[in-house]
Amino acid sequence: MSGLFDNEMKLEFSSKSSNEAFARITVAAFVAQLDPTIEELADIKTAVSEAVTNCIIHGYENKEGIVKIIAKILKNTVMIEVSDTGKGIENVEMARKPLYTSKANLERSGMGFTIMESFMDEIDIQSVLGLGTKVIMKKAIKPKEEDEEETKLG
Amino acid sequence: MNVKYNEKDKLLLLEITEEIDHHLVDILRRKIDNEITRYMPRKIIFDFNNVSFMDSAGIGMVIGRYKTMNMIGRKSRNDKC
Repeated sequence: MSGLFDNEMKLEFSSKSSNEAFARITVAAFVAQLDPTIEELADIKTAVSEAVTNCIIHGYENKEGIVKIIAKILKNTVMIEVSDTGKGIENVEMARKPLYTSKANLERSGMGFTIMESFMDEIDIQSVLGLGTKVIMKKAIKPKEEDEEETKLG
Repeated sequence: MNVKYNEKDKLLLLEITEEIDHHLVDILRRKIDNEITRYMPRKIIFDFNNVSFMDSAGIGMVIGRYKTMNMIGRKSRNDKC
């Protein structure tokens, strides 16, 4: 945990659905230092919300547990790791398929991983049955054009 | 969420003003199903104009209400999203 990254943070909270808003807003506030656009920030918030929801309803199946988020910044890229020590995913390939849900009775849309994949640049899912799941997502925040400001001023 | 019911057209208008995530969906679903049972509307309109955040739980909730309306032989549509 030395100087590999420009900045990093860790967050741990109870697996309560009321903490979902807290989690995505905290990550968004951390990412704000990269000066993201509203759209980029909305993408990150949605992806974090999906990952945290998965931990709560699938990982811990609404039982007590701790959801952990680590966010790191290197240059203009943010890496977000969301993990639980819950039941794990039996078939990750299957879970990634759009519209697939293991909890159809809960009115889930089955779009969680699909949303994370399309809103972030990269996603990696590591899962061990009985031990938990870790989702690692990366997104590069596009640097804003400096001269755009100058044109406005000029 | 603001609920408006138009008796003449049997139209249920749901103006959602909160951030729609898994947590809110559990509350919203119960409220909306209550309104559906109460009014038995012919049509539901969801107004998402004032929604600043929604994730896949919201999609699931809307599809779920669509299915409920189909089941009781009605229609639901999304307005101005």
